[in-house]
Amino acid sequence: MKHHIRFKVNGDQYDLAVDPWRTLNDLLREDLNLTGTKFGCGTGDCGACTVMLDGKTINSCLTLAVEVDRREVTTVEGLAPSGEELHPIQETFIEKGAIQCGFCTPGMEMSGLFLLNGKKTPTESEIRTALSGNLCRCTGYNKIVDAIAETGKKMKK
Amino acid sequence: MEDNTIIGKDIPRTDGRVKATGEAIYTDDIKLPGMLHGKLLRSPVAHARIVNIDVRKARALPGVKCIITGADTPKIKFGNWRLFPATQDEFPLAVDRVRFIGDEVAAVAAIDRETAREALELIKVEYEELPAVFDVDSATAKGAPVLHENSPSNISIDRKIQYGDIEKGFAESDYMHEDVFTVHAVSHAYLEPCSSVAQADIDGRITLWTSTQTPYIVQCLLAATLGLRENDVRVIKPYVGGGFGGKMELRPWEFCAAFMARKTGRPVKFTLTREEELACGRRRHAMKLHSKVGFKKDGTLVAKDLKILLDGGAYNSMGPTATFLCGNFGAMLYRYPNYRFFGQHVYTNKPPAGAMRGFGAPQSLFAAETQMNIAAKELGIDPIDIRIKNAMVTGDEIPDVATISSCGFIESLEEVAKMCDWKKKRKNLKNGKGLGVGCYSFISGGVFNWFNTQYPFSSAEIRAFADGTVHLLTMASDIGQGSDTALKQILAEELGLKMADIRLTAADTAMTPQADLGTWGSRVTLMAGNAVIDAARKIKEQLFGAVSAKFNLNVIFDMECRDGRVHAAGKPDRGMSFGDAVAFVQKTNRGEPLVARGSYTPRGKGLVSPAFSFGAQVAEVDVDKETGNVKVNKMWTAHDCGTVLNHMAVEGQLEGSIQMGLGYALSEQFVMDNGRTLNTTFLDYKMPHAMDMPPGESACIETYEPEGPMGAKEAGEGLASPTAPAIAEAVFHATGYRCKDLPITPEKILKGLGKLED
Repeated sequence: MKHHIRFKVNGDQYDLAVDPWRTLNDLLREDLNLTGTKFGCGTGDCGACTVMLDGKTINSCLTLAVEVDRREVTTVEGLAPSGEELHPIQETFIEKGAIQCGFCTPGMEMSGLFLLNGKKTPTESEIRTALSGNLCRCTGYNKIVDAIAETGKKMKK
Repeated sequence: MEDNTIIGKDIPRTDGRVKATGEAIYTDDIKLPGMLHGKLLRSPVAHARIVNIDVRKARALPGVKCIITGADTPKIKFGNWRLFPATQDEFPLAVDRVRFIGDEVAAVAAIDRETAREALELIKVEYEELPAVFDVDSATAKGAPVLHENSPSNISIDRKIQYGDIEKGFAESDYMHEDVFTVHAVSHAYLEPCSSVAQADIDGRITLWTSTQTPYIVQCLLAATLGLRENDVRVIKPYVGGGFGGKMELRPWEFCAAFMARKTGRPVKFTLTREEELACGRRRHAMKLHSKVGFKKDGTLVAKDLKILLDGGAYNSMGPTATFLCGNFGAMLYRYPNYRFFGQHVYTNKPPAGAMRGFGAPQSLFAAETQMNIAAKELGIDPIDIRIKNAMVTGDEIPDVATISSCGFIESLEEVAKMCDWKKKRKNLKNGKGLGVGCYSFISGGVFNWFNTQYPFSSAEIRAFADGTVHLLTMASDIGQGSDTALKQILAEELGLKMADIRLTAADTAMTPQADLGTWGSRVTLMAGNAVIDAARKIKEQLFGAVSAKFNLNVIFDMECRDGRVHAAGKPDRGMSFGDAVAFVQKTNRGEPLVARGSYTPRGKGLVSPAFSFGAQVAEVDVDKETGNVKVNKMWTAHDCGTVLNHMAVEGQLEGSIQMGLGYALSEQFVMDNGRTLNTTFLDYKMPHAMDMPPGESACIETYEPEGPMGAKEAGEGLASPTAPAIAEAVFHATGYRCKDLPITPEKILKGLGKLED
């Protein structure tokens, strides 16, 4: 039996009937066409599916769609203030060379942002800890860590 | 090249924006009207005859639109070595026989993934199990079960290289060392699981969007396996989430998507799960290497005899190329006056090994570099000094194989020693700390044509517009390494334009010029880069002619494209804007657009590669002698990649390769039990996280590679090799435990130190 859920994604309200076994990741990608959120493993290890639920990062592949009823989801598509402007974390990821294949990027940005929302000037070790749920196979992480530190400085200004 | 405006700068990648915003479309993001979802049924047994497949129940499941088995297909084998059809040993779907756990047996297309998955469980396959072999020794033993009838010894291909006189070399040696090394298989672990979407048009032609490094190879092999003509298949590469060598062949799901799209008249998508990727996906070859080296007392290398058994898994995949390359890499870095190599590619009942970053070099150089470190220790010579003594230099020749046209190896060794204060640090490190060095040399693309392409190795087309912009079309494939950006940089520099003046269409076999062999062996910058330059120069010739006529320039004047203008060299006022010059040429040709084609095919460049890169890396480790745990404190790297086109991109390649190298050395491996992979999640596979990465320092030793575009050559793939031997030597330096069997696990260290019993 389908469940009726009502929730917000990036500020937009949705009313949907969903099967109880479907994940938030599936719902975002398949039903809402928000394909910026990736699916890399399905076991919560790689973090490519990371989104924010009520301001906290979660693995959308491990979250059932029914769990987001009456809650607010932010995906990578909700970061930039407009089609022309970028969020500082997006801007900085580009400038600092923190992106290669780009598949981990949306998840990395969400995890980085969650950290910075709590603390604008984290230590390097805090940044690396904050990324412990996000895998990257291209960059070796260093430029991602630099980009997050730099974004914090920009956001503080 | 100080007056370059774009080359050698930190240019952010041009696809950064769409990747940062999530707009970049990867294959699994594609959704077409009426699209079906495909799933593969894989063999649960390592080796068996298929007695019967019953799909009746599955076919009756509502929502199932198509089920195919090998019997439904044209049964045409494929493989990347088209030049030697006997090496093409793989059917898209198993025909009568399965050879590894995960071998593709049947495919289902249904209205959604859940239905497709459910249908898989309803297919009944009756197997008659056969004896299986899981390692190279058992597979090559007398009376071993045979995987492929045309290879009764289970050796599918062998390769010999010999020059000098090996026996005489050993007779002249004062010191010899002989070791057996074993290295393990590891996963590419690209973040984007493989995915393909196929659509059939009204003539039954196929368009395939697929996560690939080699659109042209997929186009040709897909056409062949479907029984179609090459031009009946169009392959489009969307954004690709990493490949590292794992996406450079035709794959069964590409075939199934296309075949079922034709059968159903509906688009079909397949996306692999991570479990499938780890349990059945391509991987780096495990190998057993037997190496004997001979030196003079003073550390001069005299001879090397290298024998390698490659654990190829159930099919050839890229194994033949790896077999060939292992032997060549074994002869690189140093001057071996007498060298002999014998490589054999062995079938086992495991998932096939393919190409992976380094393509034979990480294995071959782990053995070579470890033996260099052993020899240095036993001859009482510093490990860096013994390398400098034997190092290749520009102009060195490997008989019949290659000429080294640029080489910054000695400079790399000297620089890395300086950066880490090698001699002092190596002497003073104590209490479980150690310092070790490892080196590499790598190719800038292969000159071999086993794929038997009938086209240039790389091609480019440039269309110039009167508004001052150009459109670059190329089949070169950016899979994350940044080649789209590099090619735009090369073109912008050559035509004196800005990055933003260039539109790029890449990696669409129907729209971009024939052809390009794809992304592997670090071939793109050099080969596609040269093709772009070739096309750009043809554009320039036309522009120069027109501007010269217009300004009545003396015929002896040089001309240039610079800062958006075309003019007499050094005289920007004697010329016009790029756009006006294009308009002028177009008018002269009565409206014909200004278009040029360029290409590159290496000719007369030996047997391996047109250019070689070099580098040296030092690792400092801290080993806990109670737990055997290794912590890498710092890495120093100095490498010669010719002219650096983009520092930020090269640095990114270096740091990424250290991540992969760390995993290879210390933590990543497949835990297998009789052909079954036990660790099929990232949690259990253990690739390094952000917290595992050591700090690093690096330096680029800039040489000018005459064969490279603007002097550039390979960067970032060769670096997959030095990390493991550097860490292994550092562990030895710290503890006295010498690893000859990767990965270096705490258990092995403790056993090596006599603290843990077998």
